[in-house]
Amino acid sequence: MSTTPAIPAAPEAVLAKAAEPQIPIARRVKQRLTSRGATAAAIIIAVIWTVPTFGLFISSLRPEDNIQANGWWNVLGDLEFTTKNYTDVLASAGGSASNLGQYFINSLAIVIPATIIPLVIASMAAYIFAWGRFRGKDTLFIFIFALQIVPLQMALIPLLSLFINLKIGEFQLLPSGTYAQLWIAHSIFALPLAIFLLHNFISEIPGEVIEAARVDGAGHATIFWRIVLPLSVPAIAAFGIFQFLWVWNDLLVALVFSGGTADVAPITQRLAELTGTRGDEWHRLTAGAFVSMIVPLAVFFGLQRYFVRGLMAGGLKG
Amino acid sequence: MEDVGEKLVQVVIALAIFAAIIALIMLLVDRAPKTFRDKATIIGFLAPAVVLLAIGLIWPAIQTTYLAFTDRNGSPNGMDNFVWMFTQPEALVTLRNTLLWVVLVPLMSTGIGLAYAVFIDRARGEKALKALVFMPMAISMVGAGVIWKFMYTYRGAEREQIGLLNQILVWFGGEPKQFLLDAPENTFFLIAVMVWIQTGFAMVILSAAIKGIPTEIVEAARLDGANGRQQFFSITVPSIRGALIVVVTTITIGTLKVFDIVRTMTAGNFETSVVANEMYTQAFRASEPGRGAALALILFLMVLPIVLYNARQLKKQREIR
Repeated sequence: MSTTPAIPAAPEAVLAKAAEPQIPIARRVKQRLTSRGATAAAIIIAVIWTVPTFGLFISSLRPEDNIQANGWWNVLGDLEFTTKNYTDVLASAGGSASNLGQYFINSLAIVIPATIIPLVIASMAAYIFAWGRFRGKDTLFIFIFALQIVPLQMALIPLLSLFINLKIGEFQLLPSGTYAQLWIAHSIFALPLAIFLLHNFISEIPGEVIEAARVDGAGHATIFWRIVLPLSVPAIAAFGIFQFLWVWNDLLVALVFSGGTADVAPITQRLAELTGTRGDEWHRLTAGAFVSMIVPLAVFFGLQRYFVRGLMAGGLKG
Repeated sequence: MEDVGEKLVQVVIALAIFAAIIALIMLLVDRAPKTFRDKATIIGFLAPAVVLLAIGLIWPAIQTTYLAFTDRNGSPNGMDNFVWMFTQPEALVTLRNTLLWVVLVPLMSTGIGLAYAVFIDRARGEKALKALVFMPMAISMVGAGVIWKFMYTYRGAEREQIGLLNQILVWFGGEPKQFLLDAPENTFFLIAVMVWIQTGFAMVILSAAIKGIPTEIVEAARLDGANGRQQFFSITVPSIRGALIVVVTTITIGTLKVFDIVRTMTAGNFETSVVANEMYTQAFRASEPGRGAALALILFLMVLPIVLYNARQLKKQREIR
């Protein structure tokens, strides 16, 4: 995800149909603001925005010799397609293999805990900020909200040395070259926005619902798991998707904490590395780029609505 | 394949440990003596978040601020890192590039995004047209970097071009160009990639705002004989002013922190570095944590006023509603 969550949104942004037009009123105004020239301009923009990805995709299916011989727009001339590029980049055999299959698994292994952990921790905190009573609650909440202004660059150097020095005797608690550092780093960086967004949503849950449960003798833990979490699913889904894509697409955190080996590093890191070291092997790079894009694109086309909500929640109010 | 299994086991173990910790907290909270139970709940529910933020964000940020005033061995060196930043040619180029990015990306993304949103408003196939421009938003910046590096690929004039942009140059009788190597204009070609990504964001948000303009206003303007251009500047733009500001500031913040595009496409060579990339290079490649920290601090100071402004704008908008 490219737009770092800057300023969070009201719960209605998560919930509301922010991106949906109000059709009945809109219908009345049939005449559009646009003219023929505008239509042409729109088409040009749409083409410019699509062609680069399209060209890469076509190339990823062409044989290596053809890619090197001429541009992908000549594809109608040769009409040769192959999946060899894909099997090549995914293969783990051989010294020069790009091994992307392994890195793809790493991305999955990183992103699942790095989405679940902050969501649970943030929901718990958000519940207390919404429904708990203690002195200094508002101050603490505003402070956590304000932490969003700290760019994660500010945390990288000390956090890395903290991870390295975190030892019990000789035993390193979070050794480098494991997923643990990435999970924890991503979780921490997600918290301020997650707590804020979920708080906004959870605080909108009708008080009677929670009071009723309390009268029935339910404790906080029960209320949280049985009532608050199920009711918050839309907000959790929106932020979950946002966080999932953010972690999947991340490069900086991976570079700092992964150690860069095939055991841990995510696919973005490997792809960036290949771009640097094998910048001319376009049959590998094109296929590799697509392998890395499959998951976000599936999320995008499959869950477009949640995706937009999540994005708006991360970047704007509704 | 046993590798996949091993990785899966790691994930499962991690999630199990996490679940155990959470379960333990819940158990302790529920079993706490009645008089203490509310307090225990508050502490138990808040502790994970507060502890993680304290050791993972707050304390590191304080340390980074201190590090910014130390040299590569960790001894204090006053303002040396900042003097380096504002006097050394290579550091100055970084600052200049960041300035170019931060002016051009928000302006162009918002401009193109707004134009597109207006052009396709209520057009047939609006949804599909939106998806096309919005799609780059889902792709990682590394992926976008590869896509555009391919667009910019250079081959000598005597060979067939495989990069589309150079082919277009050749078709129009020009010489192929080293888009990513020739300074200083290469920075603009990197900026184009970020514009390509962010335009979709601007377009989606602004399109939603445009659809929120009351129809009565638009109709009244039309009855008064306003043409398309007048409508756009007197009705559309003022009506979505709030959304415009939020889009511009949000993109600005994202642009200030831009890292992946530069890292993937040029690694900051050929005079294309920006602050976030230089921060990484100095701290983790050149063993100059002091300089890296100073750059991180500068980044923070640049982001700060924009975030505050953005927050105030959001608050104002919410009050109006």
